[in-house]
This record gives sequence, C-alpha cells and structure tokens, in this order.
Amino acid sequence: MHELSIAMSMVEMAAEEAARRGVKVSAIHLKLGGFAGVVKDALLFSYEVACQGTTLEGSRLVIEEVPVAVYCPTCESETTLASIQRLCCSACGALTSQIVRGRELEVVALEIEEEAEVECEV
Amino acid sequence: MSAQPRLVEVRQNVLKQNDLLARELRRRFREAGVYVVSLVSSPGTGKTALLEKMLTTLRDEWRVAALVGDLATDNDAARLARSQVPVKQITTGTVCHLEAAMVERALEGWSLDELELLFIENVGNLVCPSSYDLGEDLRIVLLSVTEGEDKPLKYPTIFNTADVAVITKMDLAEAVEFDSHAAHTNIQSVRPGMEIFEVSAKTGEGMDKLKQFLGTRIAATVSVQAI
Repeated sequence: MHELSIAMSMVEMAAEEAARRGVKVSAIHLKLGGFAGVVKDALLFSYEVACQGTTLEGSRLVIEEVPVAVYCPTCESETTLASIQRLCCSACGALTSQIVRGRELEVVALEIEEEAEVECEV
Repeated sequence: MSAQPRLVEVRQNVLKQNDLLARELRRRFREAGVYVVSLVSSPGTGKTALLEKMLTTLRDEWRVAALVGDLATDNDAARLARSQVPVKQITTGTVCHLEAAMVERALEGWSLDELELLFIENVGNLVCPSSYDLGEDLRIVLLSVTEGEDKPLKYPTIFNTADVAVITKMDLAEAVEFDSHAAHTNIQSVRPGMEIFEVSAKTGEGMDKLKQFLGTRIAATVSVQAI
C-alpha cells in the first residue's frame, strides 16, 4: 500500500505552501486518474492518518476522479473507457493503447483560510 | 468572525520528486550507454529465476549488472551472485515498491560507463510499482502460468504501464491447464499491441526469443552511445 506515502507527500507539500503563504489549509483538491495506480478509498483513509499532528489536521481531501480517455486512430475520435480492463474505443470498438487522460495524480488547488489578523485588516 | 475559505490553484504532480529523479537517472543511463530493464510481478512469479538465467546467458555478450529489491533479506542478491555479475540488493524495509531515489542510492559506487545493461528487479507487487518511474527503458511484467489467465484484468494498471509481458513457468502449463489464448487476449485487452513471450527459466524454453529481443534493444542503445 503506497497510498500512505503519497498522502504524506501531499500533506507535506500543502503544509509548506501554507507556511509560505501564512494561511491555514482546510482542504486539498486532487485530480486522480483511473490509471494512476492509486486506490481512492485507501488514499482517503491514509490522508487522515497523514494529517495527524500536522497543521493540516482536520482538513479534507477532495478527490476529483478522472476517467481514462483514449484516442482511437481508426475512427479518429477520443472516448472515455467503459472499463479499464478493456482499452478500446467506445465509438468503434477497436483496441487502442493511446491514453490521453487518466494517469493524473495531481494536487490542483488548496482551500485556504486566511489567518484572523489578515481578516481584521480587511 | 470566521475566516472565508478560498481556493488557490497549485497544480503539482504528487510524484513530481520521483519523476524528476527518474528523468535524471534516464539521462545518466543514456549518456553512459546503459540499457535499463525493470521487472515487475507478484511475489513468486519467478523474477529472480528468470533474471538468474538472463544474467548467465547475457553476461558473455554484454557488460551486465542487476539491482534487486525486496522488503527484507539479501537472499536474492546472494542467489544472483552465482551468475558472477555485479549484483546489489535494495532492502526497502516496509516500502512495497522501488522508487527512483532507491535506485540512485544503490548505484553509488558503480561506474555506469562500465555497464551496457542493467536489470532492476522490483519488489514483488502488482499494484504499487506501477506509479513509480525508475528511469528504465523497458518495463517487463511477468505472469506465471500458475497465477491464472485473468491476472491482467485484475491488475490492469501495472500491465498497462509495462512494455513487454513475459509468461513464466511454461513447463507447468499443462499440469495447471493454462489457457494461453485467454492469457494473451487478456493482456491485449489491457495493453493493446503488447509483445508477449512465453518462457520457462527451468527448461530454457522460449529463452532464446527473449534474449534475441533484448539483444536488439541493447545493441540499439549501445550503438547510439558509440556514435
């Protein structure tokens, strides 16, 4: 299970970003492709563990799942796979190994809360 | 008054650190003219048995070395040392896969210029190694006839990230009623166009074809470096 080390590096990265900006992170938004090799539930569980004792304790992990999309050279179209067990064009059924989306494991945004004193100045 | 949450865009690949290291390793391998092959499979598929055979047959033609990953013990390295090529064990502790940083550390003390071919045997695991680039040129996924023909469908990600599939323990195929056609169909389903070899490290069946395939790939890398 490598989800814990992935969760830990995400938390570390977000904590550094938060410290740099002087803010508190309340959520991490992650794009997770169907072919990233990471199990969503295991990652959510690991995230909670990884946050413990850090400035991100109590924060949420918001996962946007990215379905695997392939390009089909036969009919020249881009379609989403019905199942990752079968890499074929959903339009014409031809087998294709040209993956255009679905390997993402990317932190896209942080949900932050400004520190109270910043709020007072506004 | 509670603070208003707001979103700030970050866009950062979680495995960026590993990807950068792997890219750097790949550059070093290319510069030194080393062709790098990694092996992934579930535990017990026969990675070490295949590797032992490959090292013994390839060492006469190429300057070859191997790194082997395991959670604990250096049994594999000791076993592979019998092939009389440089072998180093990477013991990962509790980590279930190899990462580029572990490969980089393991290479310390070795001069890449003295090598033409490097094998990296990953920890036996069909899940976690799929996410980690090790800087290899070729990733071979192994499947033994005793594991069942539907393994590729159960672990599509690792099969999809591999370049070549090797079906091992062919000497047992008949005894376990291995359906070769089904296995090929399932591999092609998760990785269309993938080249497949059927071998037995024990009897030597199919090893020549695999050796020939690797030889062509290695020669291309080494000759590019020579130019």
